[in-house]
Amino acid sequence: MKDMPDTAPLLELRNLEKQFDLDRGFLETIKFKGGKIYREKRAVHAVNNVSLSANRGEALCVVGESGCGKSTVARLVAGLLTPTSGEIHYAGERIDNRSRHDMMPLRKKMQMIFQNPYASLNPRMTIQQALEEPVRFHNPSMNGSEVMDRVVEVMKSVGVDPSWSRRYPHEFSGGQRQRIAIARALTVDPEFVIADEPISALDVSIQAQVLNLMLEAKEDRGLTYLFITHDLSVVQHFGTRVVVLYLGTVCEVAETDTLFSNPKHPYTKALLSAVPQLSDAKPDHIRLKGEIPTPINMPKGCPFHSRCSYSNARCLEEQPQPLHQPDGSVVACHAVEENRLDG
Amino acid sequence: MSLLSVRDLSVKFAMRDQTVTALRNISFDVARGERLGIVGESGAGKSITGFALMNLLSRPGYIAGGKILFEDRDITGLEDEAMRDIRGNHMAMIFQDPMVTLNPVLTIGQQMLETLYAHRKLSKAEATQIAILKLREVYIPSPEERLDQYPHELSGGMRQRIIIAMALLLDPKLIIADEPTTALDVTIQADIMELLLELCHSNKVGLILITHDLGVVSQMTERTLVMYAGRIIEAGPTREIINDPQHPYTQGLINALPQQTPPGHRLKQIPGNMPSLTAIPPGCPFAPRCSFAVDHCRTTLPELVSYGSVEVACHEVNRLHNAPAKEKSA
Repeated sequence: MKDMPDTAPLLELRNLEKQFDLDRGFLETIKFKGGKIYREKRAVHAVNNVSLSANRGEALCVVGESGCGKSTVARLVAGLLTPTSGEIHYAGERIDNRSRHDMMPLRKKMQMIFQNPYASLNPRMTIQQALEEPVRFHNPSMNGSEVMDRVVEVMKSVGVDPSWSRRYPHEFSGGQRQRIAIARALTVDPEFVIADEPISALDVSIQAQVLNLMLEAKEDRGLTYLFITHDLSVVQHFGTRVVVLYLGTVCEVAETDTLFSNPKHPYTKALLSAVPQLSDAKPDHIRLKGEIPTPINMPKGCPFHSRCSYSNARCLEEQPQPLHQPDGSVVACHAVEENRLDG
Repeated sequence: MSLLSVRDLSVKFAMRDQTVTALRNISFDVARGERLGIVGESGAGKSITGFALMNLLSRPGYIAGGKILFEDRDITGLEDEAMRDIRGNHMAMIFQDPMVTLNPVLTIGQQMLETLYAHRKLSKAEATQIAILKLREVYIPSPEERLDQYPHELSGGMRQRIIIAMALLLDPKLIIADEPTTALDVTIQADIMELLLELCHSNKVGLILITHDLGVVSQMTERTLVMYAGRIIEAGPTREIINDPQHPYTQGLINALPQQTPPGHRLKQIPGNMPSLTAIPPGCPFAPRCSFAVDHCRTTLPELVSYGSVEVACHEVNRLHNAPAKEKSA
C-alpha cells in the first residue's frame, strides 16, 4: 500500500514492527542447553513489517485469528504501545515518536473503543461522570451547561436515555454499556475511531444494534474507522477495505467486495471457507494442516508456509513481498506471483 | 424409543428475596445418533438446560419439576453415586473453555486415566491403550507424547480436541456440547465441527449442541430448539427453521445477521434487550420487543403448538405467516 493514489491517507503505517521481550533481565537471558551456558534473548514478534494506510471516510478492517497481532496494531496506532521500529503517520505528520504531551491534541481526534464494555467503564463513576470527563479534559474552556448539552446530545445519538445519566455501569446491559462506551468516544467529536472487537462480546441481536450505531456515526460524522475483528461477516458488511494478518504479517489487502468475491492468498481462502454459513450448501472447507506457529520463533520464509498446501522450496526460504494485483488488491504470496494457484 | 426425553423440565433459582424461574416447562427428545441444536442469546437458558441434563445444577439452582428420561429411565433425582455412572458412561459434556475444563497441574495422561479408572477396572497398560486410541480418533498427532504433556503446552484447538477425546473415553451415547467452538478461531472451529460431525456419524453418538451461532447450528444439526427467556419458542427441523422461521424472534435473530443485509446498509436489529429472568413480563416474554404484538400477547403466555413441520409458541403465527413478505422483514 505504499503508493495510494490521490489524496493523502489519514493514517499511514510504514514498516511497522513490534516485539515484546520475553527475557528482560540479564539472568533471564541465560540458558542452559546441551551442558553449555549461553545467552539468548527471546521476543514475541507481534507485528512484522506492516505497511498500510486508511483514507478519510474509510472503514479499514483488520482481520485475522487470535495471536496474529491485530490488537497490537490497534494499540500501536492509538499510541498505547510504542513500536520497535517503523513509522506511524497521521494526517501527514509522524506521531509514533511524539511525547505524551505532544500527543494530547491528537487524542481528541483519535478515540478507541474496546472489546469488553464491562472493563472499559469505571464501575465507580456514573455514566454522566464517565461521559463528562473527556469533554471537560479536552475542552477546558467549556462551562458546565455546555458540557452537559454535549453529553445529552451524544447520549441521545447513541440511543441511551439521558434521564439514566445518574446510573452506574452495572445497571446497564452489555449492549447498553457498549453504546455508552461508543458515546464516550464520540463526546470529543473525533475524526478517527479505533475499534478493537467492539461487538464480539455481545449477543447477535445486540450486535446489530451496535453495528448500526457505528454505521450511523460514520455517515453523520464522517468518521474514519480502524476496525479490528475476527468476524468476517461483520467485515463484509462494515468494511470498505480489508487487511488480512497472519502472524503479524500482512497477507492480503483488498477492497471488501474484491476480497470476498475473489480472495487470492491461500490463507484468505481458507479463512473465508471456514465461516459457518446459514445456507444448506455444504461448504468446501479448506482444511489447513498444522497449527499456527508461535510468533516467538518466526518461521523463515513465508510465515504461512507450514500450513499452506501450495508451499515449495522458495516459500521456505524467501519471505514474499506484497505485490499489486490487476484488480487493485495487494497480495504477499509466491504462489500467487508465480500463478501456481488454480482458479 | 428415544435416547433422551425431557418432559416439562423446570429449573428455578432460590434467591434471597424471590425464586427465579430459569427454565420453564421445556420438553424435547433426542433420538439415537441425532444431532440437536439449542440456540439462543445469553440468558435464554441454553446452558442451564445442559447442566440440568447432567444433573450439575448447584445451589441455589434446582430442578423444580418435570422429568429427564435417559433410555426410558428417569434420571431426574438420581443420587450422586448413580448419576456418576450415567455421566461419562452414557452422557458426556464438553464445555466452552478447554483451559478451565482441564486441570493445569496434571498431565493429559493422568487426567484421561483418572476418568477411565473411575469407571472401569483396567490395568495401566489397558487404560493407556484406550487413551491413545481416543486421542488418535480426534486426530491428535503423536498421541503417545501428548499423554506426558500439560494442558498449557498445547494450543486451544488441540486442548478442545483432547476434551472431546476425554468425553469419548467411555463411549457415551450422548454428548452435550456447550459452545464447544466459541473460544476458538474460525479455521480451528471448522476443524472441530467437522470432527464432531464425523464422530457422531461413525460412533452413532447423539449430540446436543448448545450455541449462539446460527451458522454453526445450520451446519451441524438436524433439529433445532430456539430458546428465549427460559422457554422454547420454536422447535423443528434445522433447515425449516433457518429457511423459513415462524416465530418473530427467530426471524429477527436470522435477519439481524450481517450477511442478511447488503453491505453498508442498516442491519435489521431487534429493538430492546431480552428481559432479565427476575422481570419476565406477563404474557409472551418477547412481546415488548415484537412488532407484531397485539393485546393478548401481553397478557396470555403462548403455548408451543404445531405449525406445519415445526412447533411455535406465538399467538400470531397465522397472521404472521400470511403477512406479505414486506411486513415480515420489517
